[in-house]
Amino acid sequence: MKDHAELAEIFNKDEQRVDWHDETLWWIRAKRDIAVHKLPEWEELREAASQIKVNVLSNLSQYLKQFEKNAQANGIVVHWAKDAGEHNRIVHLLLKEQGIDKMVKSKSMLTEECHLNEYLKAQGINVIDSDLGERIVQLAEEMPSHIVLPCIHKKKEEIGELFHQHLGTPAGNADPQFLTETARQHLRDTFLTRRAALTGVNFAIAETGEFVVCTNEGNADMGAHLSDIHIASMGIEKLIPERKHLGIFLRLLTRSATGQPITTYSSHFKKPREGQQMHIILVDNGRSVQLGREDFRNSLKCIRCGACMNTCPVYRRSGGHSYHYAISGPIGSILAPNLDMEKYADLPFASTLCGSCSNVCPVKIDIHDQLYKWRQVLVQKGYSPKTKTASMKAMAWVLESPGRYRAAGKAARVTMKLAPFAVNNKLNPWYKHRDMPAVPKQSFNEWYQTNRKDKI
Amino acid sequence: MKVGLFIPCYVDQFYPNAAIATLQLLEKLGVEVGYPLNQTCCGQPMANSGYEHLAGGCNELFADNFRDFDYIVCPSGSCTLHIKHHLHTKDEAEAAQIRHRVYELTEFLTDILKVEKLEASFPHKVGLHQSCHGQRGLHTSQMTELVAEDFSKPRKLLNMVKGLEIMPLSRPDECCGFGGTFCVAEEAVSSKMGEDRVADHLEHGVEYITAGDLSCLMHMEGILHRQGSKVGVIHIAEILNANGN
Repeated sequence: MKDHAELAEIFNKDEQRVDWHDETLWWIRAKRDIAVHKLPEWEELREAASQIKVNVLSNLSQYLKQFEKNAQANGIVVHWAKDAGEHNRIVHLLLKEQGIDKMVKSKSMLTEECHLNEYLKAQGINVIDSDLGERIVQLAEEMPSHIVLPCIHKKKEEIGELFHQHLGTPAGNADPQFLTETARQHLRDTFLTRRAALTGVNFAIAETGEFVVCTNEGNADMGAHLSDIHIASMGIEKLIPERKHLGIFLRLLTRSATGQPITTYSSHFKKPREGQQMHIILVDNGRSVQLGREDFRNSLKCIRCGACMNTCPVYRRSGGHSYHYAISGPIGSILAPNLDMEKYADLPFASTLCGSCSNVCPVKIDIHDQLYKWRQVLVQKGYSPKTKTASMKAMAWVLESPGRYRAAGKAARVTMKLAPFAVNNKLNPWYKHRDMPAVPKQSFNEWYQTNRKDKI
Repeated sequence: MKVGLFIPCYVDQFYPNAAIATLQLLEKLGVEVGYPLNQTCCGQPMANSGYEHLAGGCNELFADNFRDFDYIVCPSGSCTLHIKHHLHTKDEAEAAQIRHRVYELTEFLTDILKVEKLEASFPHKVGLHQSCHGQRGLHTSQMTELVAEDFSKPRKLLNMVKGLEIMPLSRPDECCGFGGTFCVAEEAVSSKMGEDRVADHLEHGVEYITAGDLSCLMHMEGILHRQGSKVGVIHIAEILNANGN
């Protein structure tokens, strides 16, 4: 399997696309900046949200039990899933019991993490994603490349072609309004004919046993309100203690995500309507392991706004798919190794540690510090190439000795001066797009010994 | 006040003029500067690659070289940040003292020496690259992500230089893509980031790109040179120490 660097190199073969991708996401980052600068209390909101989430993570088991009790009292059936497989089986069983083989699903990164669509497809269940971006990547048989903007890697012409193939629009028509209207009509029929709807959960409130789903398209509501059975899948970290805390998170979420003051729809689900079944699946899937990792615990504060992706200069120039995990970008790079260190050992290295991600994070996750810490863990656990380990040992051996360091420095400068072809070649990745620095007459150390004799 | 001059390895080997300028500038400002000859590297190349456990030798050496100084000053935000966050030695109490005493050059000038004017002249259009580790790590400048009052220690110092014009940028604090071993491990993205950063400076008509970190400047210089550009890179110490053209 290709790693981030290899996938990013492929993405970079089309520079115009990279520029377009970078500028599109930067535009969203700029919109976010305008929105947050309108709130003088922005940094206090971030701090409050962070502290609420720290409280939740420190008392997670109590809040989960409180939520379960209150949700059950409201008439919601609560299920617990220890991993992706169990989650998927619960969904399937619920559908099977009702004799349902078609389901509509609104945006849920958790179901992407659990590969629910593939699982249900294999069981003969037809799933239609109702979020427009998700629907587009579903038609393309791809993973979302961004948690808020799933098809941000696709140009409108490519979407026009997909719609032409799958929804019968005229070839060559890439008018966004026309394509959206087509999707709308197509989904309207889906909403009316599906008896089961699955939604994600943005926030679950322990105090009241209700949950909140945020969408811009109203598709979660359309699916859930028309269905006989509403299944909501949530990671166990999605809890907040009280309803009054919601105001803080709703103000932060969409300003961070897209620069909007609030999502178009922030829908509260508290109890099933008469005759409807409402189920909620509380999914662990590695979260309690992460909770036990002291250095990485607070990655679970994440509210999935995607701001770290929009601001990340590496993400913008490598594309979401280069992260080969359901959640891409900086946050994905600190979540993925928790699930599989070997498979995702490359991701914490897909960063310059510039720190912009931590600054935009609305719940103040120290993302770039965790990237640094994951690098140490992955090397310690042996998930680093042997050649890299050997070269690092050699480098440390040179740098920890003043004599060896000076000799190596001199040798490098002399080589570069007398035999520049030794470094200016295709074996040197630096040289591919960048020239090597000019070689000075002497090092500073040598200069100092000549010019500051009195000081030595 | 006894100041220990900490010159990063790659500055020592490839950019001695920046180190000389740092030394001369501090001396000009009346500081007693010592330069321990046995210094090598802060250990960051190993640590950022996940091999912090191999940096023990560099850490001990750093403490041996710098334990006797009141302040340790370095013309690099990145190496300063590394020492500040990750220097650990057998004597942890002493290591904590050293971590506390290390300063990046511009913050040392503005916060400790409280420099308010400089006898420097550099009549050129200059683009200021905010190196991430200095800016976001050491808070030498405010960051565009935060809702907080604007300030910039390097900009404040550059504004004291006669004839110098700081050119605005479209993205004032985007990373240049150097990133240590990232520059070769993720060559494609790293180069693209560097090319984009350079383009922003070029579009705004700069004659020089300056920064507090030569690692970023070395990266952008490599790209400028490859493109055949006449625009140069220059460390901020060389500007603050410049008199004339």
